[in-house]
Amino acid sequence: MLEHAFKGSKNYWLLLGFWGIIIAMGAGAYAVQLRDGLTITGMSRDVSWGFYISQFTFMVGVAASAVMVVLPYYLHDHKAFAKTVILGEFVAVPAVLTCMLFIFVDMGQPARVLNVILHPTLHSVMFWDMSVLMGYLVLNLLIGTITLDCERKGKHYPHWLKFFIYLSIPWAVSIHTVTAFLYAGLEGRPFWMTAILAPRFLASAFATGPSLLIILAVIVRKISKFDPGEKAIRTLATIVTYSMLINLFFFLVEAFTSIYSDMPHHLHAFEYMFVGLHENGVTYDVLVPWMRAGMVFSFITGFLMLFPGIRWNLKVVPYVCVFIICGTWIEKGLGLVITGFIPSTLGHITEYVPTAPELMVTFGIYAIGAFVLTVLYKIIIGVRERRAGYGADAQ
Amino acid sequence: MDDTRRKFLKKAGYASLGISCALPLLDAKLLAMSEETGTHEAAAKKQLAMVIDIKKCQNKQLVDAAANACHTVHNVPTITDAKGNINKEEEVKWIWTEKFANTFPEQVHARLERSILDEDVVVLCNHCSRPPCVRVCPTQATWKRDTDGIVMMDMHRCIGCRYCMAACPYGARSFNWNEPRKFLEKGRGIVGEYPTRTKGVVEKCTFCADRLSDGLEPACVEAANKVPGGKDALVFGDLSDPNSKVNLILNKKHTICRKVGLGTGPNIYYII
Ligand code: SF4
Repeated sequence: MLEHAFKGSKNYWLLLGFWGIIIAMGAGAYAVQLRDGLTITGMSRDVSWGFYISQFTFMVGVAASAVMVVLPYYLHDHKAFAKTVILGEFVAVPAVLTCMLFIFVDMGQPARVLNVILHPTLHSVMFWDMSVLMGYLVLNLLIGTITLDCERKGKHYPHWLKFFIYLSIPWAVSIHTVTAFLYAGLEGRPFWMTAILAPRFLASAFATGPSLLIILAVIVRKISKFDPGEKAIRTLATIVTYSMLINLFFFLVEAFTSIYSDMPHHLHAFEYMFVGLHENGVTYDVLVPWMRAGMVFSFITGFLMLFPGIRWNLKVVPYVCVFIICGTWIEKGLGLVITGFIPSTLGHITEYVPTAPELMVTFGIYAIGAFVLTVLYKIIIGVRERRAGYGADAQ
Repeated sequence: MDDTRRKFLKKAGYASLGISCALPLLDAKLLAMSEETGTHEAAAKKQLAMVIDIKKCQNKQLVDAAANACHTVHNVPTITDAKGNINKEEEVKWIWTEKFANTFPEQVHARLERSILDEDVVVLCNHCSRPPCVRVCPTQATWKRDTDGIVMMDMHRCIGCRYCMAACPYGARSFNWNEPRKFLEKGRGIVGEYPTRTKGVVEKCTFCADRLSDGLEPACVEAANKVPGGKDALVFGDLSDPNSKVNLILNKKHTICRKVGLGTGPNIYYII
């Protein structure tokens, strides 16, 4: 099975090479960070988590959303997903990998990472987060490779695997819930301390992940002879639509409580995101254009997806999905973490902007994810094409 | 009623029975927790605390002396930028001042006397009774010491994840964004025995745990007392001892704590 990863067209190698270059640049930037410390980032005393932890949070969502293909297929026997399930599981693998890398590069003393395992601390949500992420990575690797290998040999996957497949469903929900609990359990941060955070995370994740899957499925369809099926893509589009609407609803619920109650601590965060804060004649509003754009993306795409003519049009829907991902990324990968620190617990306003090396490390990690994704998808395509009797590798 | 439904209902019944059996346990736990938060805590356990007289601490010389003493004995660097100005974003500090309005946001109202709003209040780690920083730390690099209630810090175990900084509602924690020794060498130099830190770890006030074990008072308290007019500006002692100086003051004076509504149980008290 692995041989498919090592044989490929020129384009395949070019793509891997492209990711490789970005990875090398990221590694270079990380080397500087290792030498000089996290001072090379835009983070500060007041905004002590920044881009890395934001991307981690966003990618946990992408990872968790594999459940949106696993659940309909294995629990509801939704046949259309027969060929898509593996695409979802093999998105989850690199997604979890990037999550772990984002946490790792955020650490001040990465060499001591094993301390988390050497001194397991049950009352720390971070310990749980690390455990469930590890478990999720193993589950998806296990399920994905075994089912694909059995498919290659034309067998049914072994019966005992069912247990792990079922286990992976609540597990997927747990990774994003625990990630939300990282934030929602902090009494000093009113912006995060809301019970809707975990549900909101899940809803936006289930809009983002399947959107990504739609895009990937359409690409796979174009460049190879393996077709995940129009029906599967349509089902995914329906899932995206519902999740997006629920996500927007949750956002409005949160906004209502904060704005209508008019309590300063809750209000400030929303003010900071959408209009900017003013103090001593200075305006703090770097996030404002982003957040507004994100809202426009989310509400317009949510509205567009309501129309079957758009939702089920394979020529249009991938583009809508791009904007859905942009919208949810701005919300979770940009606004959520940073705004929690503004104003600080001492009422100071320090803004945060990522630095160039910080962005390079971030791109490097995303490129590692993309690299692994490319290889895994290449394997899927190879196996599928051979089964379908096309023999040689496309792409 | 078909069989599967009956089975399901039966199972659901057992499940709810199980939950209701567990409820009394939960109840007991909640009760215990709510008792903990009671106004007069059981005095049995030793808990070190500090009383700060805000009016006396309006003396800038006193506050500087206290902060300097602390930062010198603990080798806390002064982080500066290329031009030699204090780098506010990466500052490391254990004890410093904040405006009254920022220290006690719940106490501020529209008619509060201007001079009070502008008062500088000495702030440091509160050595909370239920410290959120300890709760979240994934490696127990910060923990609450049983013997005296100090919230300790092991800078060799800290992985630098900064979860504690997100969790502390008082901004009491500093991260070494940069190599601290570099700045110590540029500044006052490395003084005494206290170990310097490496980059990438979090640090904060430890109530001078090291000095206490030598029978000394915290450095800030000692320094403040030496400044003219600084007598009892900072008072340190054990809350479990009814005759300790802190208790004598707390029993007589009107004192407040920071953000009590959060339930962290701060142990720094302020005479307003
Ligand atoms: S003040 Fe902050 S750092 Fe100190 S014990 Fe309380 S939560 Fe922890």
